[in-house]
Amino acid sequence: MQVARETTGGVAPPAAASQTGARRVRTLIGATPGERAVTALGLVTGVCMLVTIWAILVAAPVDVVQGMPFRIFYFHVPVAWVTFLAFFIVFVASVAYLWRRDERWDWMARAAAEVGTIFTTVTLITGSLWGRTIWGTWWTWDPRLTTTLILWFIYVGYLMLRSYTGRTASGARTAAVLGIVGFVDVPIDYLSVTWWRSLHPPTTYVQSGLPASAAGTLMFSLFTFTLLFSLLLVLAYQLQRVQTGAEKLRGQAEG
Amino acid sequence: MSDTNMTRMTTRVNTTEISPPGVGGDGALGTASAFARQVMAIVAKDLRSELRTKQTWSAMALFALLVLVVFNFAFDLRVENTAAVAPGVLWVAFVFASILGLGRTVAAEHDQGPLDRLLLCPVNRTVVYFAKLIGNVLFIGVVEVVAVPIFAIIYNVPVALGGLVPVVVLGTIGVAAVGTLFAAMAANTRARELLLPVLIFPLLVPVVIAAVRATSALIVPVARDAPWVGLLAAFDVIFLSISAVAFEYVVED
Amino acid sequence: MSSIARVERDGVLSPSPSPLRQGGEREHLTAENAEDAERRGVDHPSPSGRGVPARALAVEVVKLTRAFGPKPVLRGVDLALEQGERLALFGANGAGKTTLLRVLATLARPDAGTARVGGLDVAREADAVRRIVGYVGHQPHIYEELTVRENLRFFARMYGVRDAAGRAEALIARMGLAARAGDRARTLSRGLLQRLALARGIVQEPDVLLLDEPETGLDAQAFGLLRDLVEERAVAGRTTIFTTHAAERGLELASVVAVLARGRITYAGPAAGLDAAALRTILDDSAGTGRGR
Repeated sequence: MQVARETTGGVAPPAAASQTGARRVRTLIGATPGERAVTALGLVTGVCMLVTIWAILVAAPVDVVQGMPFRIFYFHVPVAWVTFLAFFIVFVASVAYLWRRDERWDWMARAAAEVGTIFTTVTLITGSLWGRTIWGTWWTWDPRLTTTLILWFIYVGYLMLRSYTGRTASGARTAAVLGIVGFVDVPIDYLSVTWWRSLHPPTTYVQSGLPASAAGTLMFSLFTFTLLFSLLLVLAYQLQRVQTGAEKLRGQAEG
Repeated sequence: MSDTNMTRMTTRVNTTEISPPGVGGDGALGTASAFARQVMAIVAKDLRSELRTKQTWSAMALFALLVLVVFNFAFDLRVENTAAVAPGVLWVAFVFASILGLGRTVAAEHDQGPLDRLLLCPVNRTVVYFAKLIGNVLFIGVVEVVAVPIFAIIYNVPVALGGLVPVVVLGTIGVAAVGTLFAAMAANTRARELLLPVLIFPLLVPVVIAAVRATSALIVPVARDAPWVGLLAAFDVIFLSISAVAFEYVVED
Repeated sequence: MSSIARVERDGVLSPSPSPLRQGGEREHLTAENAEDAERRGVDHPSPSGRGVPARALAVEVVKLTRAFGPKPVLRGVDLALEQGERLALFGANGAGKTTLLRVLATLARPDAGTARVGGLDVAREADAVRRIVGYVGHQPHIYEELTVRENLRFFARMYGVRDAAGRAEALIARMGLAARAGDRARTLSRGLLQRLALARGIVQEPDVLLLDEPETGLDAQAFGLLRDLVEERAVAGRTTIFTTHAAERGLELASVVAVLARGRITYAGPAAGLDAAALRTILDDSAGTGRGR
């Protein structure tokens, strides 16, 4: 519409200039309501993340015994929460895909698995750093750590499976089955590792009863990381959609 | 002579009806006994095939023994260590050998799915799953029958057979339940043999933990230990039911 | 009981007096199919009505599409075939012949559109379809470590044939495999393996037999067996569909001919009156249209 007016009219430089400016804004914030929503989500996430980082590094209280490294806790717990949220989404989307056979569910499962695997990795790293400072060791076969590690293996396997099968319906079904079986495996893993470790002295955890400001920071951090996850999920989903579309076009062109 | 036979067979049938000659009705195939009959027919066929070549069994058994021997060098097995390490070694050997065997059953001789021969037939996919599962349990079972006595000898562990048999049976069913499903999953991909262990090991962790603990308890009883044999049975039920349902989705194209 | 098909403008094969003609079939008429019909000179004559009672079409494919990953293989196949026909399916490599047969054999699910065999939907009533379909693909689909006899007995049992052993013996005699019945399938030559595969394909006397390039690897004698088999099946009102590259042999076996190019049926007509040269012209023509898109 704009382009047409510009080329046919072409006489009024000020109007054209303002329209170029409008277009620039449009490419920045997105042309459709959906794109604008993603931009808005991105902006909100960015602002919240800045606030969260300030709160964690400056405002939040520090555990008397653990000192500064306790601040990792405010990152670690939200990231771990997002990990489990992501794999729950993989599970739900996989069930929905097998049931409805709608490839959008498959994109959702794959997007959640990709983002979730990154968050799992961060969970393991932050957990390890924190563990080093409070337990004096990088790694311990604590049920939560062990289960998270197994989870990581399962979903890296999931992504490998996806890359080996390509974008076929049978690949999507196979991955959906893995997404379901893998998720069901999580509580079983946790249970068996807990009982397995029951022979050993229990590990101490963060004591209950955080002060109000600490709880507030944690809650806000949880909120922010959930926002970040949603943003990444939406982007990864859109990428899946675009890639599938591109492959289909290529297939049609070649086929 | 045979030609007239054939002609008779075909002309005898009322051609206006879509119903193959000499073929049992729909109802009969749905019953439990038909289910069991079909499962056993497939198992018998697989066993007969395997008995002819013995390729898979012999490789699996040899591999299990090798693992037992190599681990003997890898760990310092003084008497006080043995009880702690030996059960783990035994189950690692079983699981490795199982994956070797499972990989063999999906290593397709053909480009197209290795199960196509069965999938063409009017048999329920759950029949195919249970037949393959029983076949895999039997394959692994034979390896275990060979490996356990040798394990007892070279690790110098007193094995109470009465207690070990249920543990081994339950553990094997758990491994095979997941393994049969994942072998079919890996068959859908380009890198079957590579992907199978990568996918299957993380999922087998609960089964391996329970089996190793239950085996340990047989060698050195532990006070107030978790009911590992019961847990193993529970894991089997969970994995079996999920895999049996999921199998259909994995094999269809 | 001659089986002559009449080709309608929408590329559907069926004898002329069929109630289905007046029914839902017309809606499949598309501009493109009409073009095809025009190009090949409109309707072929229908020398004789078969007087077949109204019953389900042997095969009925409507707007069938199927892709492998991003690559579309079938792009809207329409095909209807009366029972008792012998359809030769021609087409270049990659045209989708094998995929079409695999869909009809329930080995591949349709992405869109429907495919029915004997009135049964291949996706929703797959198990029932498997009972009435026989499929012989590029792979023999037999067990190499089992003997010829054991293979046939096993498959007869899988199909629920009541006298599995008797059926296996009949098939062995029929396919001229008696001398090798006790040998492992692995030791058979290519031609004998193909005979065994054929025997497996008809183990339950399927109403619809699908053969993917059955004549490859068959010697003259075995080809005679195949021809007799296909003709006997036609007399008994059973349908056979086979893909082939060989124009002469294909025409010899077929009652109707269809050409698949780039995932669509571009030609359909009776085999009678077609000679190999005319067929090759049609094939070249289809390949050209397909490429031009």
